[in-house]
Amino acid sequence: MAEYSAFALIRNALNGNKDWKPAWRKPEPKASYDVIVIGGGGHGLSTAYYLAKEHGITNVAVLEKGWLGSGNVGRNTTAVRSNYLLPANTRFYEHSMKLWEGLSHDLNYNVMFSQRGCLNLAHTPAQLDDYARRGNAMRHQGVDAELMTPAEISRLIPAMDVSRDARFPVYGGLMQPRAGTARHDAVAWGYARAADRRGVDIVENCEVTGFLHEGKRIVGVTTTRGDIRAKKVAVTVAGSTGRVMQMAGIERLPIESHVLQAFVTESLKPFINTVVTFGMGHFYMSQSDKGGLIYGGDLDGYNSYAQRGNLPVVEEVMAEMLALFPSLAPARVLRSWGGVCDMTMDGSPIITTGPLPGMYLNCGWCYGGFKATPASGWCFAHTIAKDEPHELNAAFTLDRFHRGALIDEKGQGATPRLH
Amino acid sequence: MSPRRATSGGRIDRLRTIHFTFDGAPCTGHAGDTLASALLASGVTLFGRSFKYHRPRGVLTAGIDEPNALVTVLRGDVREPNIPATTVEIYDGLVAESQNRFPSLAWDISAINQLAGKLISAGFYYKTFMGPAIGPLKGTRFWMLCERFIRRAAGLGRAGRAADPSRYERMNAFCDVLIVGSGPAGLMAAASAADNGARVILAELDARLGGSANWSGEIIDGMPAAEWAAGLAEGLKAHNNIRVLPRTTVWGFYDGNTLAALERVTDHKERLGKGEPRHRHWVIRAKKVVLATGALERPMVFPGNDRPGVMLAGAARRYANEFGVLAGGKVALFTNNDTAYHAATALQKAGASVAAIFDVRANVSDAMRNLASDAGAEVHAGHAVVGTEGSRALAGVKVQRFDSTNGALSGESRTVEADCLLMSGGWSPAIHLASQAGGKAQWDAELQAFLAPQAAGNWIGAGAFNGSFSTAEAIAEGHAAGLAATGSKAAANDDLPVADAVAGDPAPASVFEIRANGKSFVDFQHDVTAEDVRLAHREGFVSVEHLKRYTTLGMATDQGKTSNIPGLAIMAEALGKPIPEVGTTRFRPPFAPVSVGSLAAERYGDIRAERLTPMHDWHLEHGATMYAAGLWHRPMVYGDPGETIEQSYVREAKTTRETAGIVDVSTLGKIAVQGPDAAELLDRVYTNMFSTLAIGKARYGLMLREDGIALDDGTTWRLGQNDFLMTTTTANAGKVMQHLEYFLDLIWPELKVTLTSVTDQWAGAAIGGPQARAILANCVKETPVDNTALPFMGIVHGRIAGVPVMICRLSFSGEMAFEVYCGADYGTRVWQALMDAGKPFGLVPYGLEALGTMRIEKGHVTGAELDGRTTARDLHLDWMLSKKKPFIGSAMMDRNGLATPDRLQLVGLVSLDSRALSGGAHVVEELDEQNPHGSIGHVTAACYSPALGKYIALALVKGGKARHGSRAFVSDPLRKRFGPVEIVSHHFYDAEGSRMHG
Amino acid sequence: MLITCPYCGPRDVSEFTYQGDGNRQRPAPASQNLDAWNEYVYERLNPAGDHNEVWQHSGGCRSHLRVVRNTLTHEISSVAFARGHVAHRSPAKRGTKT
Repeated sequence: MAEYSAFALIRNALNGNKDWKPAWRKPEPKASYDVIVIGGGGHGLSTAYYLAKEHGITNVAVLEKGWLGSGNVGRNTTAVRSNYLLPANTRFYEHSMKLWEGLSHDLNYNVMFSQRGCLNLAHTPAQLDDYARRGNAMRHQGVDAELMTPAEISRLIPAMDVSRDARFPVYGGLMQPRAGTARHDAVAWGYARAADRRGVDIVENCEVTGFLHEGKRIVGVTTTRGDIRAKKVAVTVAGSTGRVMQMAGIERLPIESHVLQAFVTESLKPFINTVVTFGMGHFYMSQSDKGGLIYGGDLDGYNSYAQRGNLPVVEEVMAEMLALFPSLAPARVLRSWGGVCDMTMDGSPIITTGPLPGMYLNCGWCYGGFKATPASGWCFAHTIAKDEPHELNAAFTLDRFHRGALIDEKGQGATPRLH
Repeated sequence: MSPRRATSGGRIDRLRTIHFTFDGAPCTGHAGDTLASALLASGVTLFGRSFKYHRPRGVLTAGIDEPNALVTVLRGDVREPNIPATTVEIYDGLVAESQNRFPSLAWDISAINQLAGKLISAGFYYKTFMGPAIGPLKGTRFWMLCERFIRRAAGLGRAGRAADPSRYERMNAFCDVLIVGSGPAGLMAAASAADNGARVILAELDARLGGSANWSGEIIDGMPAAEWAAGLAEGLKAHNNIRVLPRTTVWGFYDGNTLAALERVTDHKERLGKGEPRHRHWVIRAKKVVLATGALERPMVFPGNDRPGVMLAGAARRYANEFGVLAGGKVALFTNNDTAYHAATALQKAGASVAAIFDVRANVSDAMRNLASDAGAEVHAGHAVVGTEGSRALAGVKVQRFDSTNGALSGESRTVEADCLLMSGGWSPAIHLASQAGGKAQWDAELQAFLAPQAAGNWIGAGAFNGSFSTAEAIAEGHAAGLAATGSKAAANDDLPVADAVAGDPAPASVFEIRANGKSFVDFQHDVTAEDVRLAHREGFVSVEHLKRYTTLGMATDQGKTSNIPGLAIMAEALGKPIPEVGTTRFRPPFAPVSVGSLAAERYGDIRAERLTPMHDWHLEHGATMYAAGLWHRPMVYGDPGETIEQSYVREAKTTRETAGIVDVSTLGKIAVQGPDAAELLDRVYTNMFSTLAIGKARYGLMLREDGIALDDGTTWRLGQNDFLMTTTTANAGKVMQHLEYFLDLIWPELKVTLTSVTDQWAGAAIGGPQARAILANCVKETPVDNTALPFMGIVHGRIAGVPVMICRLSFSGEMAFEVYCGADYGTRVWQALMDAGKPFGLVPYGLEALGTMRIEKGHVTGAELDGRTTARDLHLDWMLSKKKPFIGSAMMDRNGLATPDRLQLVGLVSLDSRALSGGAHVVEELDEQNPHGSIGHVTAACYSPALGKYIALALVKGGKARHGSRAFVSDPLRKRFGPVEIVSHHFYDAEGSRMHG
Repeated sequence: MLITCPYCGPRDVSEFTYQGDGNRQRPAPASQNLDAWNEYVYERLNPAGDHNEVWQHSGGCRSHLRVVRNTLTHEISSVAFARGHVAHRSPAKRGTKT
């Protein structure tokens, strides 16, 4: 009998909801583990879960410096999609999509993955060709993709301005029907609970302050709650990657930390039922089940660890929003927030063994971290368990930059703020 | 007289009656009323329905912290949802609707949700709706089915679909001191800062200045506080160094003391004045900020605390004193602090009967007891409210003895009749802006409130913001803050206004919740109950952020202004920890919701500049279909009547190759590279040599990025020893300029070169075709244009139609061709002269499609091939890589990953089924229409080639060069186009270049 | 965020373009040391704290500026013209391979 179900809800409701158990335990850290995962965000938690589930490695601790899920898993715009151009990315994100499709069952936790589609708007014929290239690349990898006409788009999103006299008229769009949104916090909590039920220790308020070495080898960590030894130490700390790796003596990485803002309006009755992106700037929007329009745009564009952005990007994002939805001018922004993104030099992630013996690194998620959560953990768990990458993450190495084997989805080169 | 309007008092204009409608029913109020005060005055108790349980709700507050009474304001078809009725100023013709109810506010079908209360407690949706693991509803299907109903039920107001015709405006402002809030503290700060000669901005979110002075009922300097404030505010207007912004909410505290504010310029008006924006978005750079933002009252948490008729005591005091409106006829109060006693006084003076005051504290001071007895109210110390009665309006209050030391209830409960219950759970300073500026809020155990963090921004606090709740303190601190912000100090003998008020104890009892049977609400709008908080605790969601996210506490439109502290307190009690150990959420912008339109401001409806070439109007007059290329508008084709696009561009390209054609190339990036080291700079940035270029000649050049990837190409003209004109592709003009500037400033500051963007200074036309030279000879004066004077890549200066022109013989089309440049203002004149000169030869203007066709035939690369992933070798431009010198990218271009044999390389494709090819189609070795797979590349550009009589394309294909002569297929499942192609060289036409060399 | 351009005075961040990490050392143009080139192009210090970085006043005088800005607080502690600092000659802030 599943712990969470409609039946369980009824039983507990009759009982005054007194019998629900903690979603995850609050264990004291042990002196040693087989694997320590640094970072209790989405990727760290999913890594721990798949280590236990796929590889039977359950003597695992996830160390989180604050509260679980306090990083980007709780600060994103919740979009899930696999509409990538380059084969290494398409394959990886499609694997993620397949895991998403079964995730609520797998975790016995409703992560509210709703496949409401993701539509990229094209505003010139050349841009439509560009999207056709991407859509065809997806189709040749077995991923769903369709081109939509302006009339079809107008039927799907009646509130959108698709008129030809718009400053940037809509010529069509690339739709991935299986894309959608998920409830971001639930993903962290669902993985945490499922990993916990398989024996993983999730230790919150436990900040890593350094690494334990034996020669060159990493054999554990020092933390605010004492030293913890481990056979393997995995780092999944996203925006804090530079900070953590410097403790291990890695001074430089092909990564910059940038702040990305996101916004939500007050709750509205259903307004749009898909994820939509604007093609003449950088804007994306969806609507949550609660009714808030959730949207964002570009990075603020400078190195930052501050989780706060500034006004120019706020103003730009709003202007782009109204270019598509002029009836939303009176709608009101309720909240804004910032997340720290680990931007790589080609916009694609890193999932690898090393760079030191005993260490494993998962970082560089740029904008793409949330949708990657299942596959990132799945591949990282494989990499940790087998000491070699799975073929799905074989391209996401740390040395690809030096080799010139870049996976540059946007073709912007080593300018992280443009990826 | 309306049933709840006091006979006198208030700062409304009783002589002016305002007519408006609420849910279609005609209503009236007075000038100066808010929608909430006007409706309360008319006896309305039911204002809205809650988010989840659809419980009937009244009005809880009198300001921006209102969680319950949300309305949609309509102006024609334009809908503004979710506006607190407490912030809407009424005007004649105002149309407001209640929200989140069906079919009506009084009878709401979804109120049935209340029956499922325990089933749909916090986070219930995470535990169900996963659906079956197999069958037709497996995967995400079952959830998505359920979600449709959830989405319909959720949401508050409805956004419209009609575009908002309003104008929004952005204003930059600079000042020495920005004062946020115009209560006694803010007014005093403004006066003393302005007296010191500082440039001051005073922002007040309400329409009326004065803040608490408008509703305290106190006496300042011997006159009613409201009059004192009005007098002081009037006096401020006499200063020319102070700008007063009423109806202006300062909502964001950004880096560098940049503050964002929203001014609601015309929301209170029936008609807009000429040119008036609806909202104005202020960006204020202030040297110092004085935060005099006051404090927000907290509700008590007890069963039935959400019934219409239960209101915050301070709000009722405000309705009575500021609006002359009675929250009820027979009033009871419930408090843990002294401020409620002042509310009792205010209600009694305005004409209500005050039945009783229930105070959780065992000891009530004599001063407060005196206030109560003046108000005719019985004081029940050591009592608590444990329930409320009534349905859509309050009928009675259930009370019991209460011990505040242990939270225990004792004795029998009894019911007191009342139609209104006023509650006060203490006050929280409005520290939001200070928190946004940075730093962690500090818990004050005595005041039971978070105080602002130590100043991380450049701000000074004053008054209730500091936890200094008395008016006398506000006056003194405001005065001191205004002086401190301008660099001077307050002195002990400064002559300050005297506030006359019955002093109360600012500290509340540490009681936040009365635990008794029934739903006790913490977050009213989101229907989060005390039990939900305890459920979160049981399930381990104990940190403040987990609490918030799991229960949605504090996530509603009021952003938890009333609910955050009670929620924290209940969690702290469950954990057995002090409140600050549970933590406090960092506040983020905005302090209160901000219209999207105001932030877009002038860019609403005008998001990007439009770039037009000097000949734009000529193109339109001559039938051009325009096409957006970045910000530029360029002719796509000059269609003749009845032609398809393909027929047009084929005609244009064919005519050009047969006789002559002309195209507007003004959009090309143009950079003047000048100085003694100009040639040296070009040698370093281009892969090929430019220092060897003769004066009066041009050369095609290629640039790489540092990492060895191709960046841009174009021709650069040597106009003099130290004077070059560089051209770039249209799309990369800005990027290349920045690239060059970066290297000059940072890497090679020793080079003496200046760079000037001259894209907009030159108009350009490219004229090509067998007759092009003859046409030029027909109109160019002061220079010959024959092969000797103007050889391939040569440059001459002359005049056309009297206008000085610069002509370079170079070719993109592959024909004998010339680029003619003149000053931008003369563009149309020169263009027209060329057209006139070409008329006898049959010269045609051509657009981007024909341009693209001829460049595909020639195999030239543009943006689709220079996509930021291709190298010079991939594009067969390795002949341009000089071996004689280093250049940007030379060190890194040979790395392994950039030289593997399976890289995508430029090839030509010829359609073998005589059907059109399309950009974005993929190329495969084996066709599989059902399961497309095995892509070896993609089409970058395609056209019908009039020169070849075939459909052709350029493509990037894996190991492309080795595949010349082989057969492949285009595979375009998106557009259902599949068919055979031959892979050929990208040089389709005149590979040896005999035509352009003439 | 305001950046005080030494030429134009305090201006809003929206007038500037971020040009990234100012610690990077460009090898001599003819250098064949691929490791040094790779490090210059791809490797970043990315500190949480004071950061030497380059901004261009692209919406103003177009000068490149060397800025020291705290990446935790966004506070700017110094701004200077980039010209005059010769990047590939200035001493490295931290040990670098050349």
